[in-house]
Amino acid sequence: MNDRIVFENVSKFYGEVLGVNRISFSIPPGITTLVGPNGSGKTTLMNLMTGLVQPSSGQISIQGIAPGEPDTFFRMVGYCTQFDSFPRGLTGYQFLFDSLMLHGVSEYDAFRLAGEAMERVRLSDAAGRKIAAYSKGMRQKIRLAQAIAHHPRVLVLDEPLNGLDPMARAESLALFEELGRQGMHLIISSHILDEVDRISDRVILITGGYLIAEGNIHQVRQEVRDKPMQVLVRCDKPELLASRMFSVNHCVEARLHGDGKGVFLRTADVDEFYRLLNDVAVEGLVKIEAVAPADDDANAIYNYLIGSDGGAS
Amino acid sequence: MAASANTLTNRLKQQPWGLWWLQARRLTRIEVRRNLFSWRATWIYFLAFVPTIILLIHAVFDRDGKLAMSEDTMVLAGIVQFYYIRLGIFFGCLGIFSRLIRGEMVERSLHYYLLSPVRREILLLAKFAAGSFSAILLFGSAMIADFALVYMPYGTVGHDFVFNGPGLSQLEAYLAIAVLACLGYGAVFLLLSMIFRNPMPAAMLVLGWEAINPVLPSILQRISVASYLRHLMPVSVPGDGIFALLTVETEPAPAWAAVLGLLLLIAVVLAYSCYRIRRLEIRYTTD
Repeated sequence: MNDRIVFENVSKFYGEVLGVNRISFSIPPGITTLVGPNGSGKTTLMNLMTGLVQPSSGQISIQGIAPGEPDTFFRMVGYCTQFDSFPRGLTGYQFLFDSLMLHGVSEYDAFRLAGEAMERVRLSDAAGRKIAAYSKGMRQKIRLAQAIAHHPRVLVLDEPLNGLDPMARAESLALFEELGRQGMHLIISSHILDEVDRISDRVILITGGYLIAEGNIHQVRQEVRDKPMQVLVRCDKPELLASRMFSVNHCVEARLHGDGKGVFLRTADVDEFYRLLNDVAVEGLVKIEAVAPADDDANAIYNYLIGSDGGAS
Repeated sequence: MAASANTLTNRLKQQPWGLWWLQARRLTRIEVRRNLFSWRATWIYFLAFVPTIILLIHAVFDRDGKLAMSEDTMVLAGIVQFYYIRLGIFFGCLGIFSRLIRGEMVERSLHYYLLSPVRREILLLAKFAAGSFSAILLFGSAMIADFALVYMPYGTVGHDFVFNGPGLSQLEAYLAIAVLACLGYGAVFLLLSMIFRNPMPAAMLVLGWEAINPVLPSILQRISVASYLRHLMPVSVPGDGIFALLTVETEPAPAWAAVLGLLLLIAVVLAYSCYRIRRLEIRYTTD
């Protein structure tokens, strides 16, 4: 069975304004982060994915089904949009119950699933209150609850951490992580890159309606060859290590860690760098405790490929 | 030919009709609740029952007035033809049906429906059914109340007129007119609200079109709700001056033809609305 989200040469124009242009990708299950500045086309991409807007050209399918077949498509897809609005006069519970009833489940199941979704987003206490009286964070949570209530296999989340306090943000991230572990597709756009980066398997970088990179975060980082890679080495003699590494010309920058027990090294040839580091370790002059890439996260990739002035969102 | 007919039959049999029916019923229930039990529906209640209130006041405070049943029958026919068809049901349906899709877009809540596993045609038809049910319930019960208030003061004579005379069939005709008017105007305003951001100017054009319709060529008279309903009126109301425009029958037609014609018009408008909703996109910022 096709388990991928597939875009084939998809373009979307709003009149003469470009939404996205010739986007093609094929995403396997797991957590994928959409990264790009304001107006880059992230929401358009998500709306295309879920059929809220239709492509000017190209084909879209999720697990082999097109958004134009809603009765099967939306049983497996949940979309938590950015629109902070709800049908009037409903309580949180009624909102979920009504949504679930449209899936054709029995009243008992709708009742049970609504309660379960409320519990998952920690909103059970406010279930009987009108949504109009909810705080921004609670409205964000109830939208998330509505998107996950029917147990979708694919969850599309547009800025799902907006308006959440740090505690709720951590809970949501834990929930996304858990759903990702269960084999679900999660497509997340967020400007809080540091946080979603921790849980993401893949990244899609988009700017000006064009896809500029897509894939596993570490692979994408390695493909950005014109930006030397930064590695943090934890060791007992960081200054000595720095001077040793500078003896080769691919090491272009060294910076001591704030606690004095490590050094950030920037190298233009990561393979050669690790080979030399092995030699240093074998020599025994420096006791190396840990080595970790310091800039192969979504934030760094964003900055390298799009630029920090873009204002990711 | 036979093979393609068989294929079509098989395809139709394979469709999840049971699920669609269930979804349509549930959607209709949700929409009826929102149409009838919200403060914003108050003015539609007012539109429906304003003649009832006037007739009630008349029945309570004007008891000593001279009673003339034929005159009151004419008054009731006038209320239906001049008020309900031209204004009450017209604006009531404008309020109810333009809210169903456009109102949801204004409130930015339509996407919840479009993201549910419901075919968009089912969504539209269910919303239409809910709007029709709400409008028919309000205006139908208002007409029944009006009818009762007109003939109750006549006591046994009124009772005989209703149950042994032409009264009951007149009431049936008025209710049929109310049902068809709600369906006809409902379909038109549902479509207009999908085409225009603000359907009010277009509705005013429809109102003008309906008014001048009797003097238009016969082919154009078929694109009108009120022109079909005129043929169903059980009592002819003589109109003077400008009102003659609203009552004149330039091309008399049998009732069955008028009903069929209007149902066909509704079907065409709904079919086009289904086509539109299939292509509807959620772009709240530009809507």
